[in-house]
Amino acid sequence: MQRTNRRGGPFQQALAANALVLAVATTGVHAQDMNTARHLAQTCTNCHGTNGLSVGGMPSIAGQDREYLARQMRDFRDGKRPATVMHQLAKGFTDPEIDALAAWFAAQKSPARR
Amino acid sequence: MSTTRRRFIGFAGASAAVAAFGGCASLSTHPPAGGRVVVIGGGYGGASAATRLRQLAPQIEVVLIEREPAFVSCALSNRILAGTMAIDELTVGYGGLAANGVRVVRGEVTAIDADARAVRLAGGSVLRYDRLIVAAGIDFMYETIPSMAADPGQAMQVVPHAWKAGAQTLLLRRQLEAMPDGGVFAIHIPPTPYRCPPAPYERVSQVAWYLRNNKPKSKIVVLDSNDAIVAKAGLFTAAWKKWYPGMIDYRPKSLLVDVDLRTLTAITEFEKVRADVLNVLPPMRAGRIAAQAGLVTTNARWCDVNYLTLESVKVKNVHVLGDSTFAAPGMAKSGHMANQHAKVCASAIADLMQDRMPFASPMMINTCYSFITDREAVRVSHVHRYDADKRTMMLIPGGVGLSAEPTALEGTYAVRWAQNIFASMLG
Repeated sequence: MQRTNRRGGPFQQALAANALVLAVATTGVHAQDMNTARHLAQTCTNCHGTNGLSVGGMPSIAGQDREYLARQMRDFRDGKRPATVMHQLAKGFTDPEIDALAAWFAAQKSPARR
Repeated sequence: MSTTRRRFIGFAGASAAVAAFGGCASLSTHPPAGGRVVVIGGGYGGASAATRLRQLAPQIEVVLIEREPAFVSCALSNRILAGTMAIDELTVGYGGLAANGVRVVRGEVTAIDADARAVRLAGGSVLRYDRLIVAAGIDFMYETIPSMAADPGQAMQVVPHAWKAGAQTLLLRRQLEAMPDGGVFAIHIPPTPYRCPPAPYERVSQVAWYLRNNKPKSKIVVLDSNDAIVAKAGLFTAAWKKWYPGMIDYRPKSLLVDVDLRTLTAITEFEKVRADVLNVLPPMRAGRIAAQAGLVTTNARWCDVNYLTLESVKVKNVHVLGDSTFAAPGMAKSGHMANQHAKVCASAIADLMQDRMPFASPMMINTCYSFITDREAVRVSHVHRYDADKRTMMLIPGGVGLSAEPTALEGTYAVRWAQNIFASMLG
């Protein structure tokens, strides 16, 4: 299956397929953090779609590269990446929460290319 | 055992099963082995909670009871008044919920018996629940407007509220279409708290858009009970000056005391304002069933909840979502916020019904877009985090964000926001 996100590739496909196990193994994010992330991810999904899978217009964050997601959140928070709203929302999360959220969304099923 | 409960149980024994919308199977009075959650109301709160519960705990039967045939979004519905959006674009059926395993029942709950953990529907059927979610939105306090108090249903055909999207929105649109050029549109804004703080000012902007382009000699009089514009004040003030100069007459501290339905006159403490189209948003309180169920705790209007679970502080096993709640500090009554309530609530219920502790530090985020023109919109956002010491949701420092100015980009995001939230809550 091909992927639409810019970081798509064999590694990400494997990551998506093995979901939580790989995410935990590769990041050191613990199961408890992933549970926290699952709860906090609920603040993202009304705009970015269920489990981060957008139906259109908003970026899909499901299955995106973990490091890419975490970096975007920090760049929004620190004002390095311009945004309409994310620069304000990103301020709500701590660094460990950003890492956990990035790992959680990276582990979700990614959008398939149509 | 209370009288109500005895009567209920008696009724339960005699009642027929409830037919679920779109499904062949009927519901038994008693919950199945996996447990049952009944959700009253299929708006932003109720539909979101039902969907989320199915995702988190598919063994729990979720029954959603809604009196309307389809969801119609209040968010974006002011664009119908501008003529830039059709109501069909804001209408979503409940088929998606049913496809996700929610048992959708078209009907109305007439009584809640919390002791017996049962609800009674119009028609007499009884459904028992393990946990109940009341997402009943708001009710209008027409008793505060003497001429409308006797027969609000009739009076609102003359002076619409259009604050629940649907027929009322279309009625107000028709009235605006029939208004002569040079006429007066007057709107009354009730004291806070009310549903969706920026929305009255968005409505003024959207009516102004329509009038500027179609009936440019017309005027808008804004009779605001509050001391100043309640939300996005600087943005609205600047936008009105830029796009609608000379059209909008904003009058703060204008508390409505009555209306003259015959002459379409708004009567405030200080003046009488005659209008060609009069739009009165009455003061608001929690949806009627919440009051009947004894869930109201605060100012005889709102239902206080534990924000870790959204469970009522007053009635056990009953959760209250959305606009009916007694809001945490700085928390908006919005569709987006109702969705956030729903997700925290659904997560907590899934945990509680499996004998687990609910998550101890939830967050809730709100974004609320308001259209200024046909394309440009402004936004406010809020980030809340549970504070264990204060035992409520608190805005984080710097947790309120505003657009710098109206932009078409945020107008685009407003529409995309709707598409995504509709899909995530209604399937």
